[in-house]
Amino acid sequence: MTVSGNEVAASEQTERTLLGSVMELRHMREFGVLVALLLVGALISLATPYFLTTNNLMGVFRAFSLTAIMSIGMVMVIITGGIDLSVGSAMGLASLVTALTFGAGYSTAAAIAAGLGTGLAFGLFNGLLITAIGLPPFIATLGSLSIGRGMMYMITHGVPVTPETPEIFSVIGQGYVGPVPVPVIIMVALMIIFAIVMRRTRFGRHVYATGGNEYAARLSGVKVNRIKLAVYVLSSTIASLAGVIGFSRYLSAEPASGFGSELDVIAAAAIGGASLAGGIGSVTGAVIGAALVGVIANGVVLLNINTYAQQAITGGVILIAVSLDVLRNRYTGGNG
Amino acid sequence: MSPFLEMHNISKTFPGVKALDRVDLMLNRGEVHVLAGENGAGKSTLMKIMTGVFRADPGGIIRVEGEDVIIRDPVHARALGISIIYQELAVVDNLTVAENIFLAREPVGPAGLLDRRLMQAEARAVLRELEMDIDPSALVGNLSIGQKQMVEIARAISYRSKLLIMDEPTASLSHHEAETLSRIVRKLAAQGIGIVYISHRLDEIFAIGDRVTVLRDGATVDTQPIARMTPERLVRKMVDRDLSQLFGQHESHASDEVLMSVRNMSLRHRTAQGASVADVNFDLHRGEVLGFFGLVGAGRTEVMEMIFGSRPHDGEISIEGRKVEIRNPSDAIEQGIGFVTEDRQGQGLVLGMSVRENFSLTHLSDYCRFDFVNRRRESARCGDFIRSLAIKTPGPEQKVMNLSGGNQQKVVIAKWVARRPRILIVDEPTRGIDIGAKAEVHTLLNKLAQEGISIIVVSSDLPEILAISDRVVVLKEGRINGVLPRGEATQESVMLAATG
Repeated sequence: MTVSGNEVAASEQTERTLLGSVMELRHMREFGVLVALLLVGALISLATPYFLTTNNLMGVFRAFSLTAIMSIGMVMVIITGGIDLSVGSAMGLASLVTALTFGAGYSTAAAIAAGLGTGLAFGLFNGLLITAIGLPPFIATLGSLSIGRGMMYMITHGVPVTPETPEIFSVIGQGYVGPVPVPVIIMVALMIIFAIVMRRTRFGRHVYATGGNEYAARLSGVKVNRIKLAVYVLSSTIASLAGVIGFSRYLSAEPASGFGSELDVIAAAAIGGASLAGGIGSVTGAVIGAALVGVIANGVVLLNINTYAQQAITGGVILIAVSLDVLRNRYTGGNG
Repeated sequence: MSPFLEMHNISKTFPGVKALDRVDLMLNRGEVHVLAGENGAGKSTLMKIMTGVFRADPGGIIRVEGEDVIIRDPVHARALGISIIYQELAVVDNLTVAENIFLAREPVGPAGLLDRRLMQAEARAVLRELEMDIDPSALVGNLSIGQKQMVEIARAISYRSKLLIMDEPTASLSHHEAETLSRIVRKLAAQGIGIVYISHRLDEIFAIGDRVTVLRDGATVDTQPIARMTPERLVRKMVDRDLSQLFGQHESHASDEVLMSVRNMSLRHRTAQGASVADVNFDLHRGEVLGFFGLVGAGRTEVMEMIFGSRPHDGEISIEGRKVEIRNPSDAIEQGIGFVTEDRQGQGLVLGMSVRENFSLTHLSDYCRFDFVNRRRESARCGDFIRSLAIKTPGPEQKVMNLSGGNQQKVVIAKWVARRPRILIVDEPTRGIDIGAKAEVHTLLNKLAQEGISIIVVSSDLPEILAISDRVVVLKEGRINGVLPRGEATQESVMLAATG
């Protein structure tokens, strides 16, 4: 069924002119942030030719890949009208649990499973607080953010955990396929999978409907509590995958790992067009948003700008990107 | 002495609608003047002109205490001594009684800080004068609906109002609270304050009113002292109108077979407005169009929400002779019930989504294989419904927020009909949509009944109920006060069951 659907879409596309396709792109929500990304990239490459080298670009990609991966889970939460402030803790806790499992002498598979399991449990905890008890997502995940962080300090006493790990494990964080770092491949794969899930599946449709009008969705038979539970579980599990990748990269689980990263992740989703009011947003937009922040960070380094300015510049980009989105919606009457 | 407020030749035209047509009204000091008329007769438009929310068309004359005025806005109206208490109470729950009474004109001391003591003292004085037993320092959120209303009255009186408009003030009050209210209304009138009292309850109109003005289709039908009126004459004056030919000929498709029976159904908790619904018993036949009528606050929507599982209930529902458990909307949908809600935009549609996505939300799995949506089939089916229901939209991809009210309503109906429900509940199916779309909706409901779907229609539009129902269930104050077969259901008999 889906194959035949894709064929129709494909044949329709071949009938369009190239210009037509570009004009079509213009209506996508991601269009704005994509243009911004290309523009910023062009400006930096004009200033320094080193920016566009494969070496540098792959480094940039790897640098923002963890934020981008987490933003995929985050944007789904945001589309339901929620927020997940605890992704940094889920990430850090997962890397710590992975390290501890290695330290206890278990296999690579067991260590990865333990890390991902931590994220899954973390997400269930968030999701149940929100659906079963009815806590506002902001409060529920603010609480679990602190609990997770506190547990990490309690377990590590502030000392990094650096167990022996087999060679094969470090491929996840340090390996390359051709010139492309493995974390970047994981990021792209997740982006494709979840973009399809959000656009093509019933689950995705229900996520948008829940955020668009929760009451109407419920009255239409959408099991909104299950949808919400699912997105928080996905968000934390995806964050824990970022934690496993991060640990594989440095082979050291830092007590402060993931600290404050929720803000970068939320920023990526917002820059990518997600509305914190729910119902609007996209996985690809969030990843492009993370890329924009990553490219700016790289530009600051390459152009020898004071690194302290980087945060201020990122903040400015968030405000500009979201303002443009809001203004565009105002003038197109929500049709954009 | 001239009357407090005179209104002559007042008309109000909205695009395409003449809401008021040369209305005359004269309100005396110390008089309780009842404004009677059906929903849509123009009562609320008239009130809004009195309070400066709307301006009357040129040619109308308004005199306050003998002087010509143009009431610019609600603040101006209040300065002229005209206050209103809306049906939806406008109090702030997390402030105290005194703070509510003095909201937005709080007494301030020399240092720019609130003078709480003065506020308390003055609030206490106003409450005592009205013989209201309410503590000025109590949190308004902890008060009953009736007490909240008292707070609003106290606020209006503290403005030194000379005319107080009350829009269905007893609609959500208990019997006891209503009695207290009528005592206070009489007391205010005795102090020389004029009262405009809007009510649908006949007993109350006759108990409290001095004079009554009847509006129908935007025009004044009559103004009479209550003493010269009888309930039957009043009802006839209110509802007497040509039944539009648009409603067409009624054909019954009801079979003898009982599809759903509801027994001893009661609300588990009172509503936020404090209303309760109890002991609801009725049968719904296959292919029947069952009308539900009642005044605002009678519990019509609550009954539907209980059946659909969006409101907790006690009691029993059986479908095709088997008892069913309906704890949430998903349960109801599984039993083949669809619910076209009263509030289209708030409950019926996801406004930011397209016609297609809204349409398929109730039955998305029809187009799914392994959870993947086949958009081509989804779109094609949506297109079929757009054509067969004549939904005016550029296409399935249009966002529903850009559709007109009537077309939005058709999308909501389409999304349920596409599921092939056994029972379709439609709550106020034609509210706020134009007459042409209204006739189309009626034709559609009749066609669905012909196909064997049982339909429950809730409407406050009495002619609509009479035109399309096989039987009419009349609710009054949360209980069934009559079930009238088509032959016995007339405007008078239904209105009497709803009010008397």
